[in-house]
Amino acid sequence: MIDFLRDPIAFLTQWLNTTLLGWGLSEQAAQITGFAIGAFVAATGAMMFVTILIWAERKLIGRIQDRYGPNRVGPFGIFQSIADLVKIFIKEHIDPVGMDWLPFNLAPVLSVAAVLTMWVAIPFAATVYGVDFNVGLLYLVAVGGLGELAVIMAGWGSNNKYALLGAFRAVAMFISYEVPMVITLLIPVMLTGSLSMNDIVRQQDVWFIVVSPLAALIFFISQVAEVGRSPFDLTEAESELVSGFNVEYSGLKFGMFYVADFLHAFTISLLFSALFLGGWRGPGAEEIPILGFIYFAIKSSLVYFLVILMRGSLPRFRVDHMMDFNWKLLTPLSLVLVVLTALALKLMTGLSLWVQIPVLLVLNGLVFLMAQRMVTGFFRRRRPREVGDRSRPVAHYTPPQSDSEAQG
Amino acid sequence: MLRDWLYIGIFLLISLFLPAAAIIMAALLSPRKPNPQKNDTYECGVETVGESRVQFKVQYYVYGLIFLVFDVEAVFLYPWAVAYNQLALYAVVEAIIFILILLGGLAYAWRKKALEWQ
Repeated sequence: MIDFLRDPIAFLTQWLNTTLLGWGLSEQAAQITGFAIGAFVAATGAMMFVTILIWAERKLIGRIQDRYGPNRVGPFGIFQSIADLVKIFIKEHIDPVGMDWLPFNLAPVLSVAAVLTMWVAIPFAATVYGVDFNVGLLYLVAVGGLGELAVIMAGWGSNNKYALLGAFRAVAMFISYEVPMVITLLIPVMLTGSLSMNDIVRQQDVWFIVVSPLAALIFFISQVAEVGRSPFDLTEAESELVSGFNVEYSGLKFGMFYVADFLHAFTISLLFSALFLGGWRGPGAEEIPILGFIYFAIKSSLVYFLVILMRGSLPRFRVDHMMDFNWKLLTPLSLVLVVLTALALKLMTGLSLWVQIPVLLVLNGLVFLMAQRMVTGFFRRRRPREVGDRSRPVAHYTPPQSDSEAQG
Repeated sequence: MLRDWLYIGIFLLISLFLPAAAIIMAALLSPRKPNPQKNDTYECGVETVGESRVQFKVQYYVYGLIFLVFDVEAVFLYPWAVAYNQLALYAVVEAIIFILILLGGLAYAWRKKALEWQ
């Protein structure tokens, strides 16, 4: 019983394995079947988990916007997303005129699959992970890129101008923000010397956000852009493109895009906390894996909260600003950061950790300050010249006259 | 090693199957009453003008090219980053020169106004 509480997943895996072996399967077949069952449960669990995410996000966004959020169905409206799920399940699927059948129907499936397949390489605890393989990080980046394919397929298949324009924008944005993301990921890889996610988590005696806060910041921003959330939600700008690439979708096909969006937002929080916040590491996590699971959940929930907070508080970028921000700021900044970090770390080999970390911190701070000075200087020079007379008549507030003044 | 990829294949199949099964199930459960007005392409209430599959801006193509350069670069840099701890200063400087050449390429694209949204 204690064994089960310490590490339920490994316990269940072992139990399943022995059961399957008991049924007369060969060892290999038993392992593969066990993995398939585990994968099925994990993927279904992830998709069901989205209902909670949607509820939490709606509640929080509601509070930020001074509303209650869902509060009718069940205590605190916790069953609201389940009611929505049932409703969206029995909605009609409309096939727009002139649609391209295969891309149109494959897009929602692919967008969910692209996010779900990322979960296989994320270590949730010391013993709980799908596959621990030596190119994990590269795999995550590559699979994350599949979502872009789904978006362009949806835009093309819908036979709708808004959808196509939204898809163009979305893909341009996603591929652009992939560049700084991939480059900043070099820093955790350099610090650990491995692409395996488990190794990266294991080697974080000091969280990498402390070693390289600027890399963490750039990674966070580009990941939020990858999800296409506010302030980067110009791919589905309601005021310009109605709702972007998924205008023509209805019923559960639309729901799948919704699921993919929320699941992706949570997945980036998982990734961020695994790469920069030490993943499942914490006091006692090695011995009692369930503790590591709890630490990981807390860390990634905090990051997810930050993502929601960002969504609730920042206005949308304009499309050219979004592109400029990436290509003229984030990309050069991440390249410079990688160069300086590589040089500094190599020059400091053999020195103790307590020298290396402050030096890297100062380096990060200096790069950030330099970038900040350059950007503000640029905008100061670019400030539009004032034309016309400043002292033109404007409506001024005049206090109402008192009775005595009016009569006198 | 190969076993890992088998597992990933299984996971990929399952994660493709789950949403597909849900959509098929919903399609069987949901009503189906199409009519020409409902199925028409949505364009803010007016009838669609011209071809729906519009041409894309050439700017997207330029961004795609720049992206390709940097993504290929990243693929070159990852093995370097993995081997970083065993490398001598010389090899690190070489990679840095490689990155600086790329930064030069970015500066060139910038000067040529390829990064300007028109």
